[in-house]
Amino acid sequence: MTAPSSPPPLVRVRDLVKHYQRRGVLRASTERVRAVDGVSFTIPTGETLGLVGESGCGKTTVARTVLRLEEATSGSVRFGEVDVLALQGNDLRTFRRRMQIIFQDPYGSLNPRMRVGQAIGEGLRIHRVVPKRDVPERVATLLAEVGLDASAARRYPHEFSGGQRQRIGIARSLAVEPDFIVCDEPVSALDVSVQAQVINLLTDLQNRRGLSYLFIAHDLAVIRQVAQHTAVMYLGHFVETGPTTEILSRPHHPYTQALLSAVPEPDPSSQRLRIVLSGDLPSPAHPPAGCPFHTRCFHPLKDGRCFTERPTLRPVGATETACHYAED
Amino acid sequence: MITRTEASFHHWRRSGGWLGVVVLVGMIAVALVGPLALPDPASQPDIVAGAQPPSLAHPFGTDELSRDVLSRVVSGARISLAIAALAVTLSLVLGATFGLVAGYWGGWVDAVLMRLVDGALAIPRLFLLLLLVTVWDHLTIVPFVLVIGATGWFGTSRLVRAEVLRIKSEPFIQAAQALGAKPARIVRRHLLPNTAGPLLVAATLGVGNVILLEAGLSFLGVGGVRPPTPSWGRMIFEGKSVLATAPWASIFPGVAIVVTVLAVNLIGEALRDHLDPKNA
Amino acid sequence: MTSLLDVRRLTVNFFSEAGTVTPVDEVSFQLAKGETLALVGESGCGKSLTALSILQLLPRAASIGPGSTIELDGEDLVPMDEAALRAVRGGRIAMIFQDPMTSLDPVYTAGSQITEAIRAHRDVGKRQARERALQLLEEVGIPDPLSRFDQYPHELSGGMRQRVMIAIALSCEPQVLIADEPTTALDVTVQAQILEILDRLRRSHDMAVLLITHDLGIVAGRADRVAVMYAGRIVETAPTDRLFQHPAHPYTQALLASVPRLTGPLQRLSPIHGTVPNPDAWPAGCRFHPRCPYAFDRCQQQPPVRTVSDGHETACWLESPQ
Repeated sequence: MTAPSSPPPLVRVRDLVKHYQRRGVLRASTERVRAVDGVSFTIPTGETLGLVGESGCGKTTVARTVLRLEEATSGSVRFGEVDVLALQGNDLRTFRRRMQIIFQDPYGSLNPRMRVGQAIGEGLRIHRVVPKRDVPERVATLLAEVGLDASAARRYPHEFSGGQRQRIGIARSLAVEPDFIVCDEPVSALDVSVQAQVINLLTDLQNRRGLSYLFIAHDLAVIRQVAQHTAVMYLGHFVETGPTTEILSRPHHPYTQALLSAVPEPDPSSQRLRIVLSGDLPSPAHPPAGCPFHTRCFHPLKDGRCFTERPTLRPVGATETACHYAED
Repeated sequence: MITRTEASFHHWRRSGGWLGVVVLVGMIAVALVGPLALPDPASQPDIVAGAQPPSLAHPFGTDELSRDVLSRVVSGARISLAIAALAVTLSLVLGATFGLVAGYWGGWVDAVLMRLVDGALAIPRLFLLLLLVTVWDHLTIVPFVLVIGATGWFGTSRLVRAEVLRIKSEPFIQAAQALGAKPARIVRRHLLPNTAGPLLVAATLGVGNVILLEAGLSFLGVGGVRPPTPSWGRMIFEGKSVLATAPWASIFPGVAIVVTVLAVNLIGEALRDHLDPKNA
Repeated sequence: MTSLLDVRRLTVNFFSEAGTVTPVDEVSFQLAKGETLALVGESGCGKSLTALSILQLLPRAASIGPGSTIELDGEDLVPMDEAALRAVRGGRIAMIFQDPMTSLDPVYTAGSQITEAIRAHRDVGKRQARERALQLLEEVGIPDPLSRFDQYPHELSGGMRQRVMIAIALSCEPQVLIADEPTTALDVTVQAQILEILDRLRRSHDMAVLLITHDLGIVAGRADRVAVMYAGRIVETAPTDRLFQHPAHPYTQALLASVPRLTGPLQRLSPIHGTVPNPDAWPAGCRFHPRCPYAFDRCQQQPPVRTVSDGHETACWLESPQ
């Protein structure tokens, strides 16, 4: 997936699987929800992988298992030379410094009873990033880095707007000086006019600090702005991966094509093909056999093979696509 | 956005909080200093005269043993308030601990703890207390407080657990985990402060409950307070026989209970609002 | 075209401890038969309150200010009493909301909620209502309406629930449909379905649609005209194509410039600096001036509405802010 010129991968994920057991109400029967069903990707140092999909496709679960906020069912996650899934106890807690997360909800992501300074300083204290007496100074530096005034440290989260809170959350993540940050829909809950501020801030921070991002979004236009590579996810599987420009200009998987055509563009003159998919996302507890997308697929060559045999990612053009008939 | 009526309601609540503080502080001050200035609550100056209605010499009157009701209410405040404060503190500590542990660790820890709590909740508290009081015939005040405190936290733990379960899924808890915070830190810095609201409600309800419980047990004559030591409940119990002829012997301790419980509830409401940074 | 719905100088006041705030301030717009007008703005700009005041479903602390008129077919809704309003709501003007889960009653089946809506406004029998309900379910693109009819809201997906809401809204053949962020809670592929259905129904029923959204993207190609709201006021009204090609107000221009695009040259986004002000702290004069790159002295005063071209109006002191 990485172009030859790309720097060495920082994050390498192989065959990541996360299944949930859902217990029946009355009987002892359990239902297996295949939230993530074998995904692999790498993220080079200083680059961004965009992860796109609709709600329930498993993209947030990917992020949470990579970060060990949830335990993977199987697979491997390597971070540099570290086997992330093997870390335990204090080793894991110490390692957490290197990978952070920025959340979608700017309201729930900050403890309402903690002053902004305490929230940003928490990571500094936990990992003794700076001596105790230097914490306030470092908090002020971090606030400045995300474009907030140093006086913000003494205030409570509710005194800030959504965009400002998102900046505070970013400062909290940066405090422990991570190499890798998962951005979980960081701008979806923000007003249109402040989305661009946060996107630019994240891009600047990446350039300045050499950060790697896993950037989760449902908006392909946002992905285009931030990610060099993109993976499109559907029902726990990657259906297409590749350089973002290729995914956006020459998508091969029917789902990518539909997703792309559904993006509302603020330009009435753009005469893009409108593909309106029929039906809803199937439940990940009862995924269709064969190709997970076949229930909604509009590909003219769709046939019996799609109903029985699950396609795997293979190079088609400049992207990798999991479709039996991607060439046609 | 707040409506006019809501706005005035807020104002009332704020002043109500201060009123509660003033009343409670006054009550505590009187309980501490009062007995020094008032006649000995055990003295029986005119036992033959029996219960006397309120007069200048005895503003709350005297009971059927001719003891001064005012000085008994005042020294009863010491006992009743001390029992309430200690028992409720104990209940809160136990309830918060069990609730936080069960809610945060979840799984089998939660299942075991909550089944125990369910079991305890299924037995009426009064029955439990009566049983214990009967087993230990000579229950002095300290064990009495321990027993009341140890039987008063079940509801609180459920309340705290429910709150923890709600907060646990908030992104800021995940953020703390992602920062590498140890469980103890997450519980102390993030979960506990955010359960302060329900804990305070439990505390204020608890204070009222314990005062009434102590009164009830004393009324039944099985409390930890033995005559002649006055407690408010004890006094109502003792005044029962002369309720028709000397109602003041029961009414004044009753009023003291009502005023205290109200004051504590007002403080609780105001504190809960105050602790919420949004209202600060 | 004569206007079907004519809103003039609509003002909404909120009373609070701190005083009175005016989250909707002299908003005027017209909606013609069969037309889609998009009311676009960011959170807190007053667009949803505007919609709610048309049906007079405002929260208790809010009220419509004096001098406001909301005329439906020449008849002012503002002075109407509750009984008259009930006949308008759901009958002549219907509304759908952002969250189809909370706007459906969880204890009744989808079908029974539609039949109830039909029978609330029409004197029809149970069987007739049921037939009409099934027909409506079919019309909003619900596959297998017979089995969906007896399902409860929690058994339906977000997209299906929003379709049921649309079916309820359509049940009495309203003249005006107000859609308040109808697709914000939905995934993009489902959003596309819902917008398609709304568009089709508008044409087949000759309804007027007031589409309230924060997303300029869904406006393009769906609305005939757009009214852009900022901080309680309409700053610009224009035919959709005109608005996207020649935005006249600096806010509209800045908003369009800040949106990430799928096509065109990839360049750094140009954000609007600052934050959206709260109704209790709205700036004097033109409310956008603290964030406006072209602001000058005169912007301290409220600019008058100026006609740029036919059907294109803006409230800005500058002739051509570029």
